[in-house]
Amino acid sequence: MTTTTSAPAEQNRRTGDDIDLRKVLLTAAGVLILAVMLFPVYWMINASLQPSGNTLNADLIPLQPSLDNYARAISEQGANLVTSLIIALGTVVFSLALAAPASFALAQFRFRWVGLALLAILISQMIPGIVIANALYSAYEGLGLLNSIPGLILANSTSAIPFAILIMRSFMLGVPSAIIEAARVDGAGLVRSFLWIVVPVSRNAIITAGLFTFLFAWSDFLFALTLTTTDEIRPVTLGIYQYLGTQVQNWGAVMATAVLSATPAIVLLVAAQKYIAAGATGGAVK
Amino acid sequence: MSSLTHAPARAGQVSPAPPRRRRKLRGDEIGKILFVLPAGIAMALLFGYPVVKNLTMSLQDYSLQTFFTGEAPWVGLANYVDVVTDPIFGQAMLNTGLFTAGSILFQFVIGLALALFFKQHFPLSATLRGLLLLPWLLPLIVSSATWRAILEQDSGILNRFLGVFGVEPIGWLVSPSIALIAVIGVNIWIGIPFNTTLLYSGVQAIPDELYEAGSLDGATHWKAFRYITWPSLRPVVSVVLILGVVYTLKVLDIILGLTGGGPANATQTLATQSYQRSFVDFEFGHGAALSNILIVISMVFAVVYLRRGRHAADE
Repeated sequence: MTTTTSAPAEQNRRTGDDIDLRKVLLTAAGVLILAVMLFPVYWMINASLQPSGNTLNADLIPLQPSLDNYARAISEQGANLVTSLIIALGTVVFSLALAAPASFALAQFRFRWVGLALLAILISQMIPGIVIANALYSAYEGLGLLNSIPGLILANSTSAIPFAILIMRSFMLGVPSAIIEAARVDGAGLVRSFLWIVVPVSRNAIITAGLFTFLFAWSDFLFALTLTTTDEIRPVTLGIYQYLGTQVQNWGAVMATAVLSATPAIVLLVAAQKYIAAGATGGAVK
Repeated sequence: MSSLTHAPARAGQVSPAPPRRRRKLRGDEIGKILFVLPAGIAMALLFGYPVVKNLTMSLQDYSLQTFFTGEAPWVGLANYVDVVTDPIFGQAMLNTGLFTAGSILFQFVIGLALALFFKQHFPLSATLRGLLLLPWLLPLIVSSATWRAILEQDSGILNRFLGVFGVEPIGWLVSPSIALIAVIGVNIWIGIPFNTTLLYSGVQAIPDELYEAGSLDGATHWKAFRYITWPSLRPVVSVVLILGVVYTLKVLDIILGLTGGGPANATQTLATQSYQRSFVDFEFGHGAALSNILIVISMVFAVVYLRRGRHAADE
């Protein structure tokens, strides 16, 4: 990412002032592009802070910011937010527990069928979620997993496991097998050398996979929509959808819920940018 | 799929192994297999089973009654005939095509422009590029809700903004002739960051020497793009486009959140139709048939993708 900064620097030295102006203009253009792209996010936050509880004639900036909408959002959707959090964390734990050893094996062991397994993983990412939902609904109906947190965790793991395997495996390919063999010579078993050496070395890849798994599960809407039929277990994405289902009475509360639901993405983007960038490119072009 | 499940099973059964076993199944070998087994079983249950189940469901009269009686009579291809001859099918196909093509075209062109813009070096470039990812990371239903507020006919900020220029309020999401355009617009907004990020990583990988050599030969901006950037980007471009198609074909959240497929089926796609048939009408056989048609279309593109991305599978 940062390796190619030298070439333009050379050009810059020639005409210092012109280039500085050019850079200022470029930064200004960049800020403008970002402002346009992120305007909807701004508008969501702005609308959530409007006192009236209706975006009808909402001010362009919240001159009299009010948290009333948040109070209402939390009272109506608080339980759903907790449900989403449990499901997302559960999906992270379950998916990583399965995907991490598998990525290690697919990266380091000489299985003859690794190519085929990877092919299956790639294809699996292209199966529409509605196919999974269709089949899981009837299976869950029989197993009593409808309207349950484990059911949603399992469903979310369908996309999370292959994605996590692809991200972690591509990193673990780079772990020198010599250090694993050294550990084994010292008497560590496979499991130990995995836990003591591979996991610590692959920390960043595991964090990246974990963050994305969390975001996927937190954002899930399709499985929440199809695999729950009652109000008991209700992720917040479905809560927002229900707000939208009828004529929207109170945009302020909807937007406050939207902001709360957007918070993990915003926090992760700001706090963990390098992981996010790695995951965005890592999961796709492999 | 089969490779994941069969291979460990075969290795586990030590006795019926072929007589000329070259590699002995030592404890180590079994231990290694145990590393992939849990994920393999999960993938088989969570992907293999649904795909097979969906296929069988599409050949059955699988409806709400099935859940009470447990009976789902085989009906051959009747479900496929039903959904294809449904008048909405033609519209859903057309909408799916327009939605996918429109989304991909603009996501890609804008994404590429932004990737080239951010390739230039200026203060805050990396930070701005990073923040640009936000629309892609937001839960889709959050984006839908936000855009619905923005696109509201009477109170939405877009119409209020346009009103300043004397434009009459437009029914972005309620007018059948405009709703599809609005939905595509929102999907473009969501997809731009992903396109920018992937294309940027491709642009980044082009050696500066190429441009230096090009400028000696008098390659101007456009020529440098035409003869250096574009050819070097080709592999990334094909991956971006094909992934974009596969992802866009299955988009459901955005359409359900924005319009629910309406008004008057103006934004109904194969994916939303499949959802509608299964989970609103409880005609699971019909829903399965539609989603299988969707899989076949996806797979056509997936095959192209996998051929390009061979290196990943061949290691």
